[in-house]
Amino acid sequence: MGENKIVSYFRSFRFKDHSLGMAFIILIVIATFVGWPNFLKVRNLTNILRQISYTGIISLGMTLIIISGGIDLSVGSMAAFVGGISIFFLNLFGPTSTLGIVLTFLFALVLGSACGALNGIMVSKFKMAPFIVTLGTMSIFRSLIQYFSNAGTILSVNMDYGKLGSSMFLGLPIPVWCFIIVGLVLHVVLNHTSFGRYLCATGSNEQVAKYSAINIAIVKFLPYVITGFTVGVTAVMWSSRLNCINPSDCAGYEMDAIAAAVIGGTLMSGGKGSIIGTMMGAVMLGIINNMLVMGGISAFLQQAVKGFVIIVAVLLQYNNSNK
Amino acid sequence: MGEPTILLDLEGIVKEFSSVRVLDRVSFGIQAGEIMGLIGENGAGKSTLIKIISGIYQKTDGVIRLGGKTTEIPDYITAKKLGIGIVPQEFNLINYLTVYENIFLGSELHKGLLLDKASMRSEAGAQLKMLKMPLDVNKHVSELSVAEKQMVEIAKAMILDARILIFDEPTTTLTAVEVQTLFDLMRKLKQKGVTMIFVSHKLQEILTICDRVTVLRDGKLVSVDRVEDLTTQTLAKKMVGRDFNQVFPDKIDSTGKSNILEVENLSSGSVIKDISFTLRKGEILGFAGLVGAGRTETMEALMGLRKAEKGSVRIQGKTVKIRSTKDAVAHGLGYISEDRQGKGIVMNYDIPKNISLISLKEKYLKRGLIDKAKEDEASEHYIKEFRIVAASKKSQLRFFSGGNQQKVYLSRWMDTDPSILILDEPTRGIDINSKKEIYEFIHRLAEAEISCIIISSEMEEIIGMCNRVYVMREGRMAGCLEKEQVTEENIVFQATGIKKV
Repeated sequence: MGENKIVSYFRSFRFKDHSLGMAFIILIVIATFVGWPNFLKVRNLTNILRQISYTGIISLGMTLIIISGGIDLSVGSMAAFVGGISIFFLNLFGPTSTLGIVLTFLFALVLGSACGALNGIMVSKFKMAPFIVTLGTMSIFRSLIQYFSNAGTILSVNMDYGKLGSSMFLGLPIPVWCFIIVGLVLHVVLNHTSFGRYLCATGSNEQVAKYSAINIAIVKFLPYVITGFTVGVTAVMWSSRLNCINPSDCAGYEMDAIAAAVIGGTLMSGGKGSIIGTMMGAVMLGIINNMLVMGGISAFLQQAVKGFVIIVAVLLQYNNSNK
Repeated sequence: MGEPTILLDLEGIVKEFSSVRVLDRVSFGIQAGEIMGLIGENGAGKSTLIKIISGIYQKTDGVIRLGGKTTEIPDYITAKKLGIGIVPQEFNLINYLTVYENIFLGSELHKGLLLDKASMRSEAGAQLKMLKMPLDVNKHVSELSVAEKQMVEIAKAMILDARILIFDEPTTTLTAVEVQTLFDLMRKLKQKGVTMIFVSHKLQEILTICDRVTVLRDGKLVSVDRVEDLTTQTLAKKMVGRDFNQVFPDKIDSTGKSNILEVENLSSGSVIKDISFTLRKGEILGFAGLVGAGRTETMEALMGLRKAEKGSVRIQGKTVKIRSTKDAVAHGLGYISEDRQGKGIVMNYDIPKNISLISLKEKYLKRGLIDKAKEDEASEHYIKEFRIVAASKKSQLRFFSGGNQQKVYLSRWMDTDPSILILDEPTRGIDINSKKEIYEFIHRLAEAEISCIIISSEMEEIIGMCNRVYVMREGRMAGCLEKEQVTEENIVFQATGIKKV
């Protein structure tokens, strides 16, 4: 019995269905050779994971938005905004308050969700194009935090806040744990709840969803709130890593978040996507970056390589969906 | 009179999709100036064949001769230049462009470097006038009804001075009167010497309009006959490959049964005005009328899909307020839309996901998460009950034939345990076997005391299934016909407002 199952699995194995996993393995093999022997060192691997975790967490929420048929360009500005305001909030509690840190974490999550809700309301209730709405809020969040900080760095006065972002737990940095936990939760939400089911149906065909008694306004609203929440997590992780926020921080996060989702197989036209895929996509982006550094390639070329990878990923998607 | 000249000659046409043979050595010739019918069940290869002729697909093997010369048709543009026009089944119109811009799309008239809009407008207008469709050429296509869009498609194919015009199931979206207009037009074109290929599911239409009929079955040519030598019975037999007797089950008499649904003075915007009707328990009620008469809109208002300003709805004697589709479902109403692909099924979902879409929260949650085993089990049940043919229940719906998609769509609504099921054009674009199965299924529902409303533009469907028929005209209720009154004549009179002589 068991043997038959394995045989039939490999008989029906099609590269097309596993292209992401294949690409992942091939990439690791290449990186191992290019970066020999440093790439495989635990310290390097945890470093890669830490680097990708900040945009990685946001890309998880972004995946849901893209599945719903939308996009969120404001996440980078929002992260700087939420991070900055949260440090102002933290500083109210004085230099040694642990309670302050806990409350600040919660505050950032609520503020992030609220910012996301702002985007969500305009998209779902007022039926505006997500691209335009979030292009607007991208500008608004960035401008506000520059105003509040007088264009200077916002420093935290709390002595312990920095530990949150730089400590390790069971061998992995805290932000990586956040990435994994948020990822697993959203994976379950996407694949095992009615909301996840409605989300894909709405992204695939809004009319069908409407005629199937699904409240599409809520289904299109929630992904923005969830993304705001993930931005809140990232804002705390990033600001606590440096114990400060610079008003120009987190610029371009939207690109990395969208890239991870697309590389992970999420359709830009909506209706289909995978959280696990996005997590792999984020890690792959990190490995590519790491490999370029180790291979001694100019840092200025890294963005070009990233752009190339995104285009190839979309090209593969396009070809697959046409067959 | 010599031998009629063969304009388009097909010889040994073979088409394979990833080594699956969908057309197997099909050979026949089409004479200049005739209307050739092309008939067959879904999957028989009709669509593939006309796509090869119009350059959308490439044949795997075989020869096409056009006017005696061997011709390759590598793409759609070449077909156009050769004078082969196609009126597609699914509309290829751009909603944001106007009628005349759509008609001239890809073959715009120029004055120097600029577009000659004035000539395009007047030519498009003249073309539509000939189609007896006085449409405003400056209207946007998004504002048109389904039937009007089709007329635009026909005008678009005609504007190229096509020698060969292919109609791919043009009547599926038209009402009886509009079909007549189309047929008149086809006869006029025939006089002008245009050769036509008419693809249809409807036997009667084929026999009415065509000179000869080609029957395909499972990708193979069955026969080419003159229509004089055929009856609907013999044609159906050739198509299905076995005897095909009665399509409709016996009618159900619901006289004297209590009303389950009473609708009074339902109004919504300018589309429907003061609609009142009743539905009895276990009844199969018909809704007839021309396209655009407001039948679909009435049901959408009832289902909470469209805002109703006025009107009361009573279900089993109790007045209910339906503000959303969710409310309607909770009150036991179900609505199967006429637009199966646009409003019905989720194309990239498999069978279980499609079936559980509405009943997900009520039936398939276990501690907040989806119980996929239970979903699969339910799907197995419906696959058996409706005889859904699928490679696997995990295959996506976009790979299914129209009939199987419709069965999955039906299953989804059956899974909500409705007491009232509204079926809007339930057999549009599906093959005759699936049609029969769906009729039998509706019959079984009514026997189980579930009330059904059928909206249909196919007169024979309404007459064959319903004992009571409401007829709508221009957003209002024109009348109600019962038992012996349910005839084609009476329905047409009421639907068009022309009094009986």
